[in-house]
Amino acid sequence: MPMTMTQKILAAHAGKNSVVCGELIRARLDLILANDITAPVSINELKKAGIDRVFDKTKIALVMDHFTPNKDIKAAAQCQCVRSFARRFDIDNFFDVGRMGIEHALLPEEGLVSPGDLIIGADSHTCTYGALGAFSTGVGSTDAAAGMATGEAWFKVPSAIKFVLKNKPAEHVSGKDIILYIIGKIGVDGALYKSMEFVGDGIKYLGIDDRFTIANMAIEAGAKNGIFPVDGVTLDYLKGKTAKPPTVFEADKDAEYDAVYEIDLSGLRPVVAFPHLPGNTRFIDEVGDIEIDQVVIGSCTNGHISDLRAAAEVLKGKKTHERVRAIIIPATNKIYLEALKEGLIEIFINAGAVVSTPTCGPCLGGHMGVLAEGERAVSTTNRNFVGRMGHVGSEVYLASPYVAAMSAVYGKITGGKI
Amino acid sequence: MTIKGRVYKYGDNVDTDVIIPARYLNTSDENALAAHCMEDIDKAFALGVRPGDIIVAGDNFGCGSSREHAPIAIKACGVSCVIAVSFARIFYRNSINIGLPIIECKKAVDGIKNGDEVSVDFDKGSITNLTTGEAFAVPPLPGFIQEIVGAGGLLKSLLKAKKE
Repeated sequence: MPMTMTQKILAAHAGKNSVVCGELIRARLDLILANDITAPVSINELKKAGIDRVFDKTKIALVMDHFTPNKDIKAAAQCQCVRSFARRFDIDNFFDVGRMGIEHALLPEEGLVSPGDLIIGADSHTCTYGALGAFSTGVGSTDAAAGMATGEAWFKVPSAIKFVLKNKPAEHVSGKDIILYIIGKIGVDGALYKSMEFVGDGIKYLGIDDRFTIANMAIEAGAKNGIFPVDGVTLDYLKGKTAKPPTVFEADKDAEYDAVYEIDLSGLRPVVAFPHLPGNTRFIDEVGDIEIDQVVIGSCTNGHISDLRAAAEVLKGKKTHERVRAIIIPATNKIYLEALKEGLIEIFINAGAVVSTPTCGPCLGGHMGVLAEGERAVSTTNRNFVGRMGHVGSEVYLASPYVAAMSAVYGKITGGKI
Repeated sequence: MTIKGRVYKYGDNVDTDVIIPARYLNTSDENALAAHCMEDIDKAFALGVRPGDIIVAGDNFGCGSSREHAPIAIKACGVSCVIAVSFARIFYRNSINIGLPIIECKKAVDGIKNGDEVSVDFDKGSITNLTTGEAFAVPPLPGFIQEIVGAGGLLKSLLKAKKE
């Protein structure tokens, strides 16, 4: 049977020559991730089951990124719980404040993700690593706990939808616009239980950060994973990050797909997702007059260096609107330093924005930018559910860093030319 | 196993942010989570829910975040079962892994209203709307998943498998 790229990675990790859609398999894991919100539940589950070991201390990553630097005493106690677990089992990849970053930007940067890997994480945006040609998917804390104990997890082999991206993206059309457009087209359950495989000649125009953004939001269409083929862009990114040779899988030419979508990137315009679903999208020219109170540029979706560069391109020599609080959060300390060296941080501060240490904080209404009733934010994050960023009566509009920065300057949702 | 309870009915795409808002995720204590369950979609739920009650919903229940705190909060409220047209995949796995019974059944969802009394017989595979008398057949869970549920969750099933 011909296989999709995802099916080949699953088969290889299940020790099989081939797998078919719907088959239940037990597969070997290359990495298990959990964070300061999900790891305490995993640790508690292990304790309750009387399991006092981990299968491989080098294949577990624990990242303190959600409510850190700790926002309150309870959050501090959760990090303390994970910290003592990491010490007890001598976990190699424990990332605490000062060494951390937002998990899905950090793990690739640290060289912990290679093409062909199979990774699970107790965080729904674990699907991000598909940008590097790995199979990665979000699970819950108990699945992560079982993975930490045994090095294995069960999977139902998914079918796939193919997205053929064609041509060079139009000006100011980024990975964020492409994935929002796709989610708007197929809906927030349009890829439920399935893989999203991104192919086509348009991919060569997408840098690694755009690919991270696209794979990151596969979950917002309900997908199990999103995945890109491995090419020169991937291999360039990996240089110097990991000694592990990449295992490159390609979909069979006659692999079966549930659906195939062709998308002409040259014909796209920037896209904004309106409250309260990521699939509730409009093109920027269909937005109308929407005044805003806050802009957030950052997160696992759009806190990469090229996202910050796109924002700086807009904010250079400009002032943010007096009504708008602009919050900019580099996803990792390395990205923060790079932005500092390139002068981006100075541009942001001079424009009236605030720059924060890496944290997931505002994306999930945790801290560092919680919204009051009736407030509106344009955010480069990934979800705009009711109450996601604060009060149930607040609103989140999802957009690219470019549109978010433009909106910060004009005080309303804005695209177009600088 | 048979359960019986009153129904709380919701629509499509009930996400884990409304099931348990992130502002309460600074703890994993199940009773603390239960106190805020469904708060952002239905403030009356956590106050009114009684042991055995059933949540019925549309498509893609539990979409969004992978937080296991969502099924934990629902279970700790005393909810005996969630019936939906479809579930988001991480929520589905999490529910099975922690032993919260879930059923995909569009016909039952269409035939049940908010406040109805409903019973579910897991052994026979049937849902009965006691308010209307209508019954719905439920396809059995895959054997592999039944083993996890039967053992009382994923980790217990792993330990059981190891002993055998």
